[in-house]
Amino acid sequence: MSARRPLPRWADIIVLPAVNLAMAFLISGLVVLMIGENPLRAVQIILYGAFGYGDGVGYTLYYATNFVFAGLAFAIAAHAGLFNIGGNGQAYVAGLGAIVVALALDQTHWLIAMPAAMVAAAICGGVWGLIPGYLQAKRGSHVVITTIMFNFIAAALMVYMVNRVLKPTTTMAPESATIATMGRVPQLRQFIPYFGYSPVNLTIVVAIALLVLTYILIWHTKLGYQLRTLGQNPVASQYAGMSNSRLIMIAMTLSGACAGMIAINEVLGVQNRLVLDFVADAGFVGIAVALIGRNHPIGIGLAAILFGALYQGGQELQFVMPSVTREMIEVIQALIILFTGAMEGLFRPALERGFALLSVEQRAEAMARSTVDSES
Amino acid sequence: MTHMGDTNPQRPNSAAALPEDRSVWAIELEKINKRFGAVHANKDIDLRVRRGTIHGIVGENGAGKSTLMSILYGFYTADSGTIRVNGVAHAITDSRHALALGIGMVHQHFMLVDNMTVLENVVLGAEGSQLLNKTFARARSQLVELGREYGLDVDPDALIENISVGQQQRVEILKALFRGADTLILDEPTGVLTPAEADHLFRVLETLRAEGKTVILITHKLREIMAITDSVSVMRNGELIETLQTSATSPEHLAELMVGRRVLLRVEKGPASPGEIVLDVENLSVVDRLGVQRVKDVSFSVRAGEIVGIAGVAGNGQSELLEAVTGIADPRSGVVRIKGNALDIKGDDGAARARRAGMAHVPEDRHRMGLVMTFEEWENSILGYETYSEYGKGQLLDIAAARAEAQKRIEMFDIRPNNIRLKTANFSGGNQQKIVLAREMDRQLDVLVVGQPTRGVDIGAIEFIHSQIIKMRDAGKAVLLVSVELDEIRSLSDRILVMFDGRIVAEADPETASESELGMMMAGAYEKTETAR
Repeated sequence: MSARRPLPRWADIIVLPAVNLAMAFLISGLVVLMIGENPLRAVQIILYGAFGYGDGVGYTLYYATNFVFAGLAFAIAAHAGLFNIGGNGQAYVAGLGAIVVALALDQTHWLIAMPAAMVAAAICGGVWGLIPGYLQAKRGSHVVITTIMFNFIAAALMVYMVNRVLKPTTTMAPESATIATMGRVPQLRQFIPYFGYSPVNLTIVVAIALLVLTYILIWHTKLGYQLRTLGQNPVASQYAGMSNSRLIMIAMTLSGACAGMIAINEVLGVQNRLVLDFVADAGFVGIAVALIGRNHPIGIGLAAILFGALYQGGQELQFVMPSVTREMIEVIQALIILFTGAMEGLFRPALERGFALLSVEQRAEAMARSTVDSES
Repeated sequence: MTHMGDTNPQRPNSAAALPEDRSVWAIELEKINKRFGAVHANKDIDLRVRRGTIHGIVGENGAGKSTLMSILYGFYTADSGTIRVNGVAHAITDSRHALALGIGMVHQHFMLVDNMTVLENVVLGAEGSQLLNKTFARARSQLVELGREYGLDVDPDALIENISVGQQQRVEILKALFRGADTLILDEPTGVLTPAEADHLFRVLETLRAEGKTVILITHKLREIMAITDSVSVMRNGELIETLQTSATSPEHLAELMVGRRVLLRVEKGPASPGEIVLDVENLSVVDRLGVQRVKDVSFSVRAGEIVGIAGVAGNGQSELLEAVTGIADPRSGVVRIKGNALDIKGDDGAARARRAGMAHVPEDRHRMGLVMTFEEWENSILGYETYSEYGKGQLLDIAAARAEAQKRIEMFDIRPNNIRLKTANFSGGNQQKIVLAREMDRQLDVLVVGQPTRGVDIGAIEFIHSQIIKMRDAGKAVLLVSVELDEIRSLSDRILVMFDGRIVAEADPETASESELGMMMAGAYEKTETAR
């Protein structure tokens, strides 16, 4: 029986995810090789597509914006020990609040329309998270189950809302009316021509702000302390007199509200109207982002850019290498999720053994040195 | 801490007296080494156990006693060293191998299947053949025989879940004997027993010795060592410090060897000067999740400057009583008052209101309840008090203030290592307990509720913890103490309440009540007859 010593913090945050990613890329490379393409060239195309030119960078950042919101949503709940799989549904329902307010404030400047729509989206997404939270806190229904079900309910609800309520009588397409130019969230290309025609918009500032705010919430507020206590040891939080049921509901509400910001990026920033399935599974990608980012805002920011790059670079790859299909790109993404999420601990024992060996040797050395010192 | 450092000239190498004759030793361990990563758990251990004796092994938590016994029992393999059983060297590979060599072990936590009968448990793993009838018949007659021989009477057809903890332990011993054990290792066997059950166990061990069996007793209770063992080995920091004849030593000397410095075993406390009633509990009843009534209409009060101890065998409602009084679990009925004001302890934030009203609580189980093991030390130093204005006015947590306070406490309570940024799980049991004590004691409070203050805590820390509790009493706080350690209750309390089956069945004066009297009360002998549910 070999001893298990925990990894140093920096290794846990940097080395382990890096090893996992490397493994995922290695196997992805083998897959590309198997279909007869050059994996190194594929990597080159992905990198160029994601970071090589202005449009590519813009798209990467646009995708990353969604993933930051989704990743933070998952992380906030995860810190409280809750596995919120409902980010997708929460973002979807938040679109309802965003579009209703945006259309109500039609012909209003975006400086007013955007914050108002953010509040509405946060409320809708928050409520969609709060309900499973309430059911967990007061009825003991597990959030994993209820949030999955709420994703389906959200999908059905939104189809109904778009087709029966929001769709103008003049169009056939299942989408809402369009927001007037004045109320749309400004595109970054308006200020920075470098971004070309890419849809990255000011919502990215909200994403960055939320990364900072989440960091403050989790590690610098009393509420964050309570959420972490609940997540790490619910018996201790009960002992401390924190109301566990209240905290569960707060965490799920904040989580849902955070996921709801995806609606701002999509509805007010890109589509300018509510279309069916605008979330495009970003909520699920957020789970992977949070897992790779270890629920830490810095990690989530980096992981969101990684996934943004994979999305954007992957599309470029499909274009340049037609034999690498869209499904292949999904396989690569799935491998990353598999290695960083599901099999996250695969290399941990080996790494721990390696680090234990290192530290034993260092200690032995230090001891040898000190005995020599004391004898001399 | 080098290997050469422990060539202690005083170590009695008893083999020197009988260099050639190996036959008197049941077990010989030579130069056993075991490392776990950077931790050197066993350093060059030499231990010989004479056949037909009871050999005690004492040492603080983490001294390496359990590791050593696990090596002997085949759970771990030693990095180096030799194990001889009856003079023959063996490389013991697993516990089956150990059993085949006649080494049996009774673990601290029993390894029994609750919903099987005594007979089935004894046979389990030693069935012998596919058809069980013969094995059962043979086992049954053997059980009866063993039971008669050693005073280990248990009904072979009783279900494990229906017999007492003491009887379950007998089943564990029977299991080992049934498998032909000549050497029996017992790991902290009396922790779960009433004094009467412990006495019975000791009689059993004496019978085993008389029959020529060898017993190795791991314990931290020096009283037991003195009462029953023939020889005793003291371990500290992974080293075997000394092996002594029990008759030639004293508890004080053993404690000193264990800790490495002089230890006060006796609690020094002056007479109490009780004042007004501070904590008043009236007709408290608690029903658990399964609908079983755990606390039955309990009433008592604690005065300022007084320690009231609740004695009882574990599982008689003390835990539930503590949780209800401190607002963690909702009572079904009853009132808790502090200085005459009824507490609103209902709801899942009841504990916060109890705390605000001046009740500090050192919980029974620091791992499960009192600490968040993954938190840094300073974070646990504010647990339960995080909303207080000392740690930031609005919603923001004043981390600097919390850390400064934690730093002050870590010095005041001599918590080691002196590092508030260290993860709590990396502190030893005693230091973890000190983290909880420091957090709960170092503030304005009227009532201190303490559960099992020294469970799993080293002798050196016990002394400190006891003196802190008495200091709180002398500062005029009302102290409610719950412990399953009768010694602790007797030495600390000014008044003893005995709890049995959810009721307070007796009140005793620690000055006059004898241990056997208290033991009888704890076993329910004095229970009032109104046991209608």
